[in-house]
Amino acid sequence: MGGAPSAGPPKTAICIPVITKENYPLYIRSTPMENELRFQYMVHTSLDMVDEKISSMGKALVNQRELYLGLLYPTEDYKVLPHNYTTISKVKFVMVVNPSNTALRDNEIHRMFWKLHNSYIDVMCNPFCNPRTISSPGTDNMVMSMMIQVC
Amino acid sequence: MSPTQWDLPVELCCRPMAFVTLTGLDVVYNAVHRAVWDAFCANRRADRVPISFKVLPGDHEYPKCRPKRTSYEWYIPKGILKTGWMNKHLNLVPALVVVFYELDWDEPQWKEKQSECATRVEIVRQSLQGRNTKVAVVLIQKKTPLPPGEDVIASERAAALCNACELSGKSLFVLPHTDHLVGYIIRLENAFYEHAQTYYYTEIRRVKSHKEFLNKTTHQLLFVRHQFKIAFFSELKQDTQNALKNYRTAYNLVHELRAHETNILEIKTMAGFINYKICRLCFQHNTPLDAIAQFRKHIDLCKKKIGSAELSFEHAAWMSKQFQAFGDLFDEAIKLGLTAIQTQNPGFYYQQAAYYAQERKQLAKSLCNHEASVMYPNPDPLETQTGVLDFYGQRSWRQGILSFDLSDPEKEKVGVLAIQLKERNVAHSEIIIALLSNAVAQFKKYKCPRMKSHLMVQMGEEYYYAKDYTKALKLLDYVMCDYRSEGWWTLLTSILTTALKCSYLMAQLKDYITYSLELLGRASTLKDDQKSRIEKNLINVLMNESPDPEPDCDIFAVKTAQKLWADRISLAGSNIFTIGVQDFVPFVQCKAKFHAPSFHVDVPVEFDIYLKADCPHPIRFSKLCVSFNNQEYNQFCVIEEASKANEVLENPTQGKMCLVPGKTRKLLFKFVAKTEDVGKKIEITSVDLALGNEMGRCVVLNWQGGGGDAASSQEALQAARSFKRRPKLPDNEVHWDSIIIQASTMIISRVPNISVHLRHEPPALTNEMYCLVVTVQSHEKTQIRDVKLTAGLKPGQDANLTQKTHVTLHGTELCDESYPALLTDIPVGDLHPGEQLEKMLYVRCGTVGSRMFLVYVSYLINTIAEGKEIVCKCHKDETVTIETVFPFDVAVKFVSTKFEHLERVYADIPFLLMTDLLSASPWALTVVSSELQLAPSMTTVDQLESQVDNVVLQTGESASECFCLRCPSLGNVEGGVATGHYIISWKRTSAMENIPVIRTVITLPHVIVENIPLHVNADLPSFGRVRESLPVKYHLQNKTDFVQDVEISVEPSDAFMFSGLKQIRLRILPGTEQEMLYNFYPLMAGYQQLPSLNINLLRFPNFTNQLLRRFIPTSIFVKPQGRLMDDTSIAAA
Repeated sequence: MGGAPSAGPPKTAICIPVITKENYPLYIRSTPMENELRFQYMVHTSLDMVDEKISSMGKALVNQRELYLGLLYPTEDYKVLPHNYTTISKVKFVMVVNPSNTALRDNEIHRMFWKLHNSYIDVMCNPFCNPRTISSPGTDNMVMSMMIQVC
Repeated sequence: MSPTQWDLPVELCCRPMAFVTLTGLDVVYNAVHRAVWDAFCANRRADRVPISFKVLPGDHEYPKCRPKRTSYEWYIPKGILKTGWMNKHLNLVPALVVVFYELDWDEPQWKEKQSECATRVEIVRQSLQGRNTKVAVVLIQKKTPLPPGEDVIASERAAALCNACELSGKSLFVLPHTDHLVGYIIRLENAFYEHAQTYYYTEIRRVKSHKEFLNKTTHQLLFVRHQFKIAFFSELKQDTQNALKNYRTAYNLVHELRAHETNILEIKTMAGFINYKICRLCFQHNTPLDAIAQFRKHIDLCKKKIGSAELSFEHAAWMSKQFQAFGDLFDEAIKLGLTAIQTQNPGFYYQQAAYYAQERKQLAKSLCNHEASVMYPNPDPLETQTGVLDFYGQRSWRQGILSFDLSDPEKEKVGVLAIQLKERNVAHSEIIIALLSNAVAQFKKYKCPRMKSHLMVQMGEEYYYAKDYTKALKLLDYVMCDYRSEGWWTLLTSILTTALKCSYLMAQLKDYITYSLELLGRASTLKDDQKSRIEKNLINVLMNESPDPEPDCDIFAVKTAQKLWADRISLAGSNIFTIGVQDFVPFVQCKAKFHAPSFHVDVPVEFDIYLKADCPHPIRFSKLCVSFNNQEYNQFCVIEEASKANEVLENPTQGKMCLVPGKTRKLLFKFVAKTEDVGKKIEITSVDLALGNEMGRCVVLNWQGGGGDAASSQEALQAARSFKRRPKLPDNEVHWDSIIIQASTMIISRVPNISVHLRHEPPALTNEMYCLVVTVQSHEKTQIRDVKLTAGLKPGQDANLTQKTHVTLHGTELCDESYPALLTDIPVGDLHPGEQLEKMLYVRCGTVGSRMFLVYVSYLINTIAEGKEIVCKCHKDETVTIETVFPFDVAVKFVSTKFEHLERVYADIPFLLMTDLLSASPWALTVVSSELQLAPSMTTVDQLESQVDNVVLQTGESASECFCLRCPSLGNVEGGVATGHYIISWKRTSAMENIPVIRTVITLPHVIVENIPLHVNADLPSFGRVRESLPVKYHLQNKTDFVQDVEISVEPSDAFMFSGLKQIRLRILPGTEQEMLYNFYPLMAGYQQLPSLNINLLRFPNFTNQLLRRFIPTSIFVKPQGRLMDDTSIAAA
């Protein structure tokens, strides 16, 4: 996977999808080199845990400002770690990151999600956007900049 | 499955138990011995000590003990752990050998027996030469022993026996063969257990003692071996804490070994064994997190230790086994009560095991792809002389060679080839599927439906690789809907692609068509060239030809499939496939839309069917039919084109039967609804679109309701959320998303063309015959027939209203309870254009409040719709809300003859009843007459004539009457005495002569009647004049049956002088009257207080002056003294 951690710039996200309340993918980008299908499966299966976390938190989620649900899979999968972030409108952001990048701390991931969330809000605020697919050059650039460092 | 190279050995996985052998028991022929043995081995529950017993003959040869090494200096170990070692200590070398011998203390031939026993012990000892194994003797005795110390012979002989056998007293036991056998056995085995523990303790000590002789350079392997042995002996000793500690040390040591390609397998094998033991013990100690942490560490340390690249599949196999073994341990622990969670359950380990098994398969595929001509080497390099390896994890062709250099590269090559060729025969898919199905079971348990689906997809794919297409298809088909419902199109497409291959290879027509339909549809993420290929295949299939094979299929499987397809073609019949689209996303979309939510019966019902194809090339359909809930309409909504089979592709862009990709095709349908369906819903139950025709193969796509498939509800939701402006299209085209399905419409009656007016004077008055004038006028162009009127209380209101409302057409008589609240279907005949009719209705409302009245006029008319004459029933209704109010309020009061308010009346003393009728009606009322009906208990003083006959009351005016009544003494009546009824006869002043008068009966209140002992009334003029005599006469009547003593006094007053008896005491006989005459002489003018008369009844102390004052006046108006000349004028005033 992408060579030794010491080589090149720090690794960040490998795959960043945005998933709606009804659990269908709104937007999905992954680093072009990777097996996209595999990541989609991974993101899709991680929704099991997201659902469970949300339902176990119940109403508390609505009240609290903390949207970052943290690491979803523990390290059973030795290649990638999905993290999740769920907004109040139950739109979910998932980020699959490479665990070999030990430098990536929780607060950094948190910050990336925050950027993503803001970008999503910007897109949604546009009255002419089509909520079926987010296609905004701004989001694309921002998401790519989070991933570009990987390859 | 038989154990493979990678399975962990049984002796590693079992729970080690102390090994004790029993000798001298003849369990076949001797019943007593058999019973003893059974007691040992039957019913070994958890509360019994952990010992594994074995019966062996007394002269059994135990494994020979190698001579003790005095120095390790020149010793070079050949491997880490011998393959036989664990088994040896579990099943071969006992911790304790027990010699059973039948001997009673009073044995007559004691000497002989004693020496025989000693010989037996000696034989056992011989066989165990060099081992620390303990020996114990159990004497089976027929007699119950005496308590210790009492049997002198016994203790003497016991000592002698111990001496002869060279046993310590602790190793000699007596087993009386009596009733309590099991109890004795349990005591015995506890004693054995102690001996065994001592044995293992000494073994641990012995192994530890070797340590000091070892050096780090040459004896690295021995460090691991000894540590492992200590841990294993600790386990045998049931000291799991120390065992765990020692295994952990051993684990660290194994990773300190110098690893090289030649020994990496041995290191990994041992690391795997030790890791297994650690995890197992952690779970046993209920510290699952430790187990997980250890396992992660283990995987992290080992996953990069691939070893020889040519045999890298071995590493994957080993990794897979590690995960599987851990998953098994985890699962085992859960069965024993551990709680797992969603993110930490055995499923993840099985999944990972499956992942490595897949990797193993991939590697094996690329590394073992030798030509068929490559023969398995002979002699087999994997064979060893003994059939097994000496050390775990070594290569059979270079056992015990520690050098890192390959001494014989040729031999190595042959060995590798042998392994590779063997790997080729492994049923990889079977392994993978078994692991995946384990994982599926776990994820199902821990609420991970998506993970489960994902694994099932993998299973399906694996079945596909294993050429079990039926199972593959079953699994894939099962999970498809999960991905479809959540809209993960990329994943769905990938699954469908595999499914299509399976259905192709099995020549499953219906499945093949269904998957093709979906892969061509909008849910598919395939590239256009792929879609073109699939579309072409689909058309081929519809033309009864074979499709081209799917890419990347196994060549042999394709050959078989082609033959199957050819067979399918030759089979005629049953070539129509109906496919319901509600469960998938086909490439044709359909939406049905009625033009309006309702249609009048005299206009044709119109609706559009919109069709849109998403496939890359235009496609022609052969038939479209729409079904309704009323099947009679089906015949009107069919489009069929008689086309020949080969025309499917010809003139593709022409005709309305052709769908051009991306373009919305609109088809208009029209029919006239049946008059019976007025008021009913017409619903499109299904839309059927046929592709192909009966000549070749025909696929009927069936949409339930007004169209829509598995994805359309979601799309509709998204479209609704979007504010995006759609680009402008030419006039005759529409945006697909903007079409909203409207699958049902109502048939409603023709619009009426008449007017209905109501005339009345609200509000209605309670109980009156309220007049409602209905005017109906026809504005139709032709005559209307059968006009019917339904009028009255609107149904659906409070049920009480129905009983208190009555409707009639005849206002001349009062209606009663028998009249209905609603008059239905009153025939009023026919009406010519412009004609008008009027009908009067009378309503009687018994209670106040508002009511809704309905006037409903229906009629028949002949009209023409779409050239057909139909009879339409039209109707028009009017509702009106009418308030009902009381016409008047009646107030009644009782007053004394002094017009003072009375709370109660006095028997036999006259009082006044006053009635007051206040009109509340907004319309003038005529009181025709009034009547007082007295109760029998009441009598009238004068005549009861109505005083208000024919009085007209405007709003707010009132009419009062006054009646003087008397109530004879009745004794004490609870709740008062009934007075009677007051009856008012009235009508609206405006009402016509023939309208009946309404009688309103008012029940008068009850009055309390009280008896008094003495009644006093006064006779006095209405006024006095200053300085003129004023004669006053008081009448005192005794109302009792007793003679009454009365004290009378008159108190002087400033305003009067008076003559008469100032104070007197007299007697009045029962029923008689006494008169008292006074002459008052007024001194002052004005309203003056009379000198007060005080009466005291000696018999009735309650009779107070206060009561008295009710009857007699207390004051009088005194006029001033007039001038003499004005006398006459004053008198006139």
